[in-house]
Amino acid sequence: MSKTTTKGGCPQSPEEFPLKTGAEIVVDTLIEQGVDTMFGYLGGVVLPLFDKLYDAPINFIIPRHEQGGCHMADGYARATGKVGVIIATSGPGACNLITGIANAMMDSVPMVALTGQVRTDLIGNDAFQEADTTGITRPITKHNMIVKDVKDLQPAIREAFYIAKTGRPGPVLIDIPVDVSLAKCRETPLTGISLPGYKLQQSGHSRQIKIAAATINKSEKPVLYVGGGVITANASEELRTFAKKANLPVTMTLMALGAYDQTQAESLDMLGMHGSAYANYAVQESDLLIAVGARFDDRVTGKLKTFAPNAKIIHIDIDPSSISKNVHVDIPVVGDAKFILAELTKEIEYRPRKDWFDKIAEWKSKYPFKYDTASANIKPQYVIEQIWEATKDNAIIVTGVGQHQMWTAQFYKQTKPRHFITSGGLGTMGFGLPAAIGAQVACPDALVIDIDGDSSFNMTMNELCTAVQYELPIKVCILNNGYMGMVRQWQELFYGKRYSKSSLRNPEFAAVAEAFGAVGITVDKKNDVKTAIAKMLAEKRPCLVDFRVEREENVWPMVPTGKSLHEMDGLSIFESMS
Amino acid sequence: MKHIISALVQNKPGVLAHVAGMFAARAFNIDSLAVGRTDDPALSRMTIVVLGDDKVVEQVRKQLAKIIDVVKIQDFSGAEVVARDLMLLCVHTPPEKRPEVLALIEMFKAKVVDIGQKTIMVEATGPEEKIEALIEACKPYGIKNMARTGTVAMAKFSKNAPADNQ
Ligand SMILES: Cc1ncc(C[n+]2csc(CCOP(=O)(O)OP(=O)(O)O)c2C)c(N)n1
Ligand SMILES: [Mg+2]
Repeated sequence: MSKTTTKGGCPQSPEEFPLKTGAEIVVDTLIEQGVDTMFGYLGGVVLPLFDKLYDAPINFIIPRHEQGGCHMADGYARATGKVGVIIATSGPGACNLITGIANAMMDSVPMVALTGQVRTDLIGNDAFQEADTTGITRPITKHNMIVKDVKDLQPAIREAFYIAKTGRPGPVLIDIPVDVSLAKCRETPLTGISLPGYKLQQSGHSRQIKIAAATINKSEKPVLYVGGGVITANASEELRTFAKKANLPVTMTLMALGAYDQTQAESLDMLGMHGSAYANYAVQESDLLIAVGARFDDRVTGKLKTFAPNAKIIHIDIDPSSISKNVHVDIPVVGDAKFILAELTKEIEYRPRKDWFDKIAEWKSKYPFKYDTASANIKPQYVIEQIWEATKDNAIIVTGVGQHQMWTAQFYKQTKPRHFITSGGLGTMGFGLPAAIGAQVACPDALVIDIDGDSSFNMTMNELCTAVQYELPIKVCILNNGYMGMVRQWQELFYGKRYSKSSLRNPEFAAVAEAFGAVGITVDKKNDVKTAIAKMLAEKRPCLVDFRVEREENVWPMVPTGKSLHEMDGLSIFESMS
Repeated sequence: MKHIISALVQNKPGVLAHVAGMFAARAFNIDSLAVGRTDDPALSRMTIVVLGDDKVVEQVRKQLAKIIDVVKIQDFSGAEVVARDLMLLCVHTPPEKRPEVLALIEMFKAKVVDIGQKTIMVEATGPEEKIEALIEACKPYGIKNMARTGTVAMAKFSKNAPADNQ
């Protein structure tokens, strides 16, 4: 060993770093990266890693299925903005992560997935529990790598965290063969990360910002169209200041709910397929659309050719490949929404736009979200309104995928970022329960409510057991319509009411909850809804309420696929209910 | 329309699969793809000929740039470039046709690299149109075998032309 002087006890040359196994390096580097919580499941090739986790200062949550663990890491990341960490064994373990990783990719969630792999000398031989994990996950990760030499392990983990959380965040996977976890090497000093192919554009072109500001200042009928990127960028405060100063109406995508306070008059709530009529009309009539951290998803735009036909488009996004991908953009600004919104705010001027706001107010009063409040049955929207009344902006709301998800987006008014957690891009049924668990792990004192569908809940309900084991007091409200409701709605509207295979026999969810060790409540009378919610909220244990709701309720309004945003069905139903 | 895109990539396993997979997943149309080493052992160069309009090519460029192991991208659309293909072509040539075929090869400034009893193997490099023309001219004799590298390209020297090593 070479003799270099040690200053302040810190090793100065690599030779002075202690020898460590790959597994030790992994755990130590996770801690170095600030990881204090992680999720994962065991298996042969990750045993060296789990051995080092035995006494590591990391809060470790074991799910009942790796997919659940992955959604937990996802929910944890969305609730906090921190990187969610998941670990799984090779082959089946890694394959069980696929849905969770793809889900995180679509919604730009920062995540690091560590998978075990068979010994390097066995790779490619169809060894026991071998799967080409990097090959399988390449299109659904922001980046992935297999580490075949223990010397590369520590830099790889540091790179993974850096890539996962910077720019447009996303999941990064590192595949670690078991012999690499067992091999020894010296630690690598913490130096700057060198990724010549990874360039971040943070600040946005100042001339583009000036042009954008001038265009906004001139506009008579602007709409601010906000996407999940604003939440990712922690730019809600900047968004509020900007929108108030410029006096702009604000609409949000599903992913952005909470980025702007929906109780404010200028909020147009959600736009798109099941968005508000007032948001969709405003977008279609606007002369300027200011998109921030949004990606013009087909569920948002409807028919592209006739989307916002009279509007100039400003698009602020950190991902250059989002710009002009679906819609031609007139003024692109590439960079971090937080920074760019702050810069824009300096350049813009207040403008009253009275005619425009009058028109919007008219739409808002004519077409609010509606349902039959007089019905004696439990309407799913009623349940959500009651949950909202009882919790206001105090809860983290998580959902499954389907009608209940859309009603939650419509009827639970979000006021703060990171308080609405839902699977947007991939639309993954079964996301709700494990994501709620992840959010509760991240925020132990928060009230976390999963508003779920019966079919969605069926997909991952085994994780209720995880909530019980770790004493996570999550609340689950199942809007039980006995259908894959969203599918049934499409079958009703587009397949002549032929409800082919869209209803399943459900278990007694309350009894299942009790069997898992949680509290179970069933509600089948409208009069009992409020009491059940109160009881649920008072409960210190995980608690599930099975609301037997109106079975064939539909989500309105609806822009059928292929139609323009203003061609909404269901508005006449709205009017007949007034 | 054809566009030539040149990408400098990390010389790591999986990068070719990543690039090829991205093209397939996003339904981009590749006409040819050539990969080779560069003077820097850490880097390889991919030359990709893409079919599509300007909008498609812009997306191709951006999606390539998003791949972490892709270090640098040049879009040669509209630039002054030298683009070359290399082809080996085996032409059916019975002895009585030999003078004719040899004259043809000579005319195209191609090279004879192997002569069999009834075949001639030709090596030709040049712009794609020249290669295509040679193929057409040889067709009547019968093409036994053909192998092409796909296009490689480089921008012509000008003050503004990008270089990898500044
Ligand atoms: C994993 C998965 N499989 C299938 C679908 C297609 N799908 C979308 S919504 C839906 C029905 C959801 O039913 P439920 O969870 O009961 O919610 P509801 O619509 O009844 O509120 C289905 C099958 C999906 N989104 N995700
Ligand atoms: Mg249902």
